Amino acid sequence: MKIQLVNICKAFGDQVVLDSLNLTVEPHRITVIIGESGGGKSVLLKHIIGLIRPDAGSVYIDDVEISALNERQLNDVRKNFGMLFQEAALFDSMTVGENVAFPIREHTRLTKEEINIIVEEKLRQVGLKKVTGKMPAELSGGMRKRVGLARALALNPKIILFDEPTTGLDPIRRDDIDRLIVKTQQHTRATCLVISHDIDSTFKIAHKVAMLYDGRIIEYGPPEKIKNSENPVVKNFIEGKSSSEQ
Amino acid sequence: MVRFLEFTGKPFVMMIEAFGKVSLLLFSTLAWMVRPPYRIHEIFKQMEFVGVNSLPVVLITGAFTGMVLAIQTYYGFRMFGGESLVGATVALSMARELGPAITALMVTGRAGSAMAAEIGTMRVTEQIDALYTMSVNPVQYLIMPRVIAGIVMLPMLTIVSDFIGIVGGYFVGVGLLNINSGIFIARIVEFVDLSDIINGLIKASVFGLILSLVGCYKGFNTSGGAAGVGRATTQAVVVSSVSILISDYFLTAVMF
Ligand SMILES: Nc1ncnc2c1ncn2[C@@H]1O[C@H](COP(=O)(O)OP(=O)(O)OP(=O)(O)O)[C@@H](O)[C@H]1O
Ligand SMILES: [Mg+2]
Repeated sequence: MKIQLVNICKAFGDQVVLDSLNLTVEPHRITVIIGESGGGKSVLLKHIIGLIRPDAGSVYIDDVEISALNERQLNDVRKNFGMLFQEAALFDSMTVGENVAFPIREHTRLTKEEINIIVEEKLRQVGLKKVTGKMPAELSGGMRKRVGLARALALNPKIILFDEPTTGLDPIRRDDIDRLIVKTQQHTRATCLVISHDIDSTFKIAHKVAMLYDGRIIEYGPPEKIKNSENPVVKNFIEGKSSSEQ
Repeated sequence: MVRFLEFTGKPFVMMIEAFGKVSLLLFSTLAWMVRPPYRIHEIFKQMEFVGVNSLPVVLITGAFTGMVLAIQTYYGFRMFGGESLVGATVALSMARELGPAITALMVTGRAGSAMAAEIGTMRVTEQIDALYTMSVNPVQYLIMPRVIAGIVMLPMLTIVSDFIGIVGGYFVGVGLLNINSGIFIARIVEFVDLSDIINGLIKASVFGLILSLVGCYKGFNTSGGAAGVGRATTQAVVVSSVSILISDYFLTAVMF
């Protein structure tokens, strides 16, 4: 499914976060959004799933303008989505297993046994074993993140939004999750949008990279184009240099 | 003059605004109530939380309310030899007024505050956003079951409170103050109508609606992290309690 953002403007109070931003996310590809902390990446992601409505501009999913839909209509469109939140957003009154099972229970008629098999499978994919019965509060931050990932992938969604899937993980786990995202994408042909701070893994998994700066996408294209960008802001960002050093 | 109007008018306008928003939430809750899925499991879970788990506190407060009523009316009525009416007075006061009011205030402190805290925490940790992304409407999943539980369980608890209050009154009146047991009960049967009890239960139901709706509203509109959750919880208790007592007056004026 194609995602299109047209002239999105969003401000909180007098703080402008997105300033007529345009971006087309290609279907069946992995697009990675990079940009500085506090730059509005999470806000951008929440526009795409209708959690935040733009002050101006439109969000299209496959030519449906979701920024104009009401809550009930959005409810239907969102069945195509899976989303991993930056802070995982696990339901803390449910066990890990119940968290992952939740979307499956809500939207399919599978039996308990069938659901349990999927839950175990998804948890195994993110490298978690023997945590099904634990509560989210008993897990480490990185483990919570991976449970959130398992939950986002539970229904094999057509669009998957990942808000920093590998932040807070050790290098090996990070590599595992990168692989999982690529494998899942190849397997389900989902449209994936990943927010990342990690330049290496960005270039490893991305078909397309978009750099968000000052409320706009200032560079967009395949990884090579970003690597060889002449734009000083992009250059500094991927080389990890503070722009004040110049 | 303008500043005076501004000073007194602002809270008033804010109150009207809040009332409007709570009403909107009520309509939205009612609309999601009649749409599948019906969330039976969640409703029973909340009924257990609001109803069953409140039983101990309702039993204790109900019993002592009945007991203190018996002492107070006894000392008043003894002045003109009306001790025989103590039972009827306790029963009428419990059924018409104190049963519903005390129960509602206790459940506000126990369950209304918990609703605000739980839903508020879910708001600030993005769990409510997560529900939206999974195509589960949080009004239907979180608020509707709590409101139903409030409306249904408050009358049930009130019946318990009424009964245990009368038992407490009997214990004090007959056991300690030596009122004749037969007369105590006969006067209750004579003076208490079914309508007294029913009207009390209707009041309890309205109080249940108020405390659950306000608790959910405050939780749902929480912002600002842990401090915000604390604020929401406090406000839920204060606003619910005040609303319950004010609506109590008007309901009573209309009913009796
Ligand atoms: N609900 C909100 N209310 C007010 N301001 C907000 C809200 N959400 C985000 N912001 C502001 O918008 C800006 C962008 O936030 P956002 O979370 O999108 O950053 P980000 O790019 O995801 O950063 P990070 O990489 O650190 O996660 C921040 O300055 C933040 O203060
Ligand atoms: Mg973010």
